[in-house]
Amino acid sequence: MPHDHDHGHGHDHGHDHGHSPSGHPYRKDDDGPLTHWQRMEIAVRELLVEKGIVTRDEITAQIARMDSRSPALGAAVVARAWTEPDYKARLLADGSAAAVEMGAEVEAMKLVVVENTAAVHNVVVCTLCSCYPRNLIGLPPDWYKARAYRARMVREPRKVLAEFGLVLGEGVQLRVHDSTADMRYLVLPARPAGTEGWDAARLAGLVTRDAMIGVALARAPEEAAAAAAE
Amino acid sequence: MSDTPERLPAVEPPAFPPPYPTAGGRFAPGAAVRVKTGAAPGHIRTPWYLRGRTGRVERICGDFHNPEELAYHRPGTPAVVLYRVRFSMSELWGPEAERPGDTVDVEIYEHWLEDATDAA
Repeated sequence: MPHDHDHGHGHDHGHDHGHSPSGHPYRKDDDGPLTHWQRMEIAVRELLVEKGIVTRDEITAQIARMDSRSPALGAAVVARAWTEPDYKARLLADGSAAAVEMGAEVEAMKLVVVENTAAVHNVVVCTLCSCYPRNLIGLPPDWYKARAYRARMVREPRKVLAEFGLVLGEGVQLRVHDSTADMRYLVLPARPAGTEGWDAARLAGLVTRDAMIGVALARAPEEAAAAAAE
Repeated sequence: MSDTPERLPAVEPPAFPPPYPTAGGRFAPGAAVRVKTGAAPGHIRTPWYLRGRTGRVERICGDFHNPEELAYHRPGTPAVVLYRVRFSMSELWGPEAERPGDTVDVEIYEHWLEDATDAA
């Protein structure tokens, strides 16, 4: 599932149409004419600059700010919930307010936090588009926006999770959350075993983007150590 | 869990009030509700796969401006109550459900829901 497109690997290299000599697909050049909305965006942007409402530097800085969002803040939120029961209670009751406590720029985001336990696993999808808590976990991966993930995650979620490497036990109840409207969702993964006594900063290193979407578990300590050694 | 799950899934009573203001809706958490089958044009936030399906209100999220109107530069008022409704996989996909007792929680605005006490 994470690699849905035909990657070209495993095919005969060298004469594959649309692939480089190393077997990678060429990305199609964006040579078409501008669409209506692209022209509109450029026109509005240039007018805003011309009228002195925003500067070009401000626009560039805002794009950089959006591109630089990462899962780090989400991981810090999760790690604090693991170490402070009161914070976890606040996070589950009002996710946005608890995220602001950690310095998140929540803006319009209304956050619902769903907790994984030994009996319940949660996973997030947006079947209609690609709603995603960007302020906490960065930009959504391409697969999250792909039609295959969006359609299959409500239809055969266990199969999709297995393709991500997560095989849920028979005794585990799966809850899929379709993010269709005003709420955004963050999965609070279960704290891995063998992390007793760890502080929040160390625990945050076990919390991946995928664990907060729900297509993975938080890393086990040995798994994180192996990844760090690579 | 049971091998023959209910068509309507269980929901736990909410442990906390909705964090966003609400005047209170027609349906309380736990209520059985059916998604309307209409095919309205425009910016609809109710996915097709839910039309005509029955679930239970999991929680009230709060009152929000109607996105079907906001999308066309209308004010979207009065605000409508937004619910999270839980559906069982067996209700959504019938005998083809991957695992009947798994669930999907979806946000749905009140004007897309009707009372389904008859199904409870």
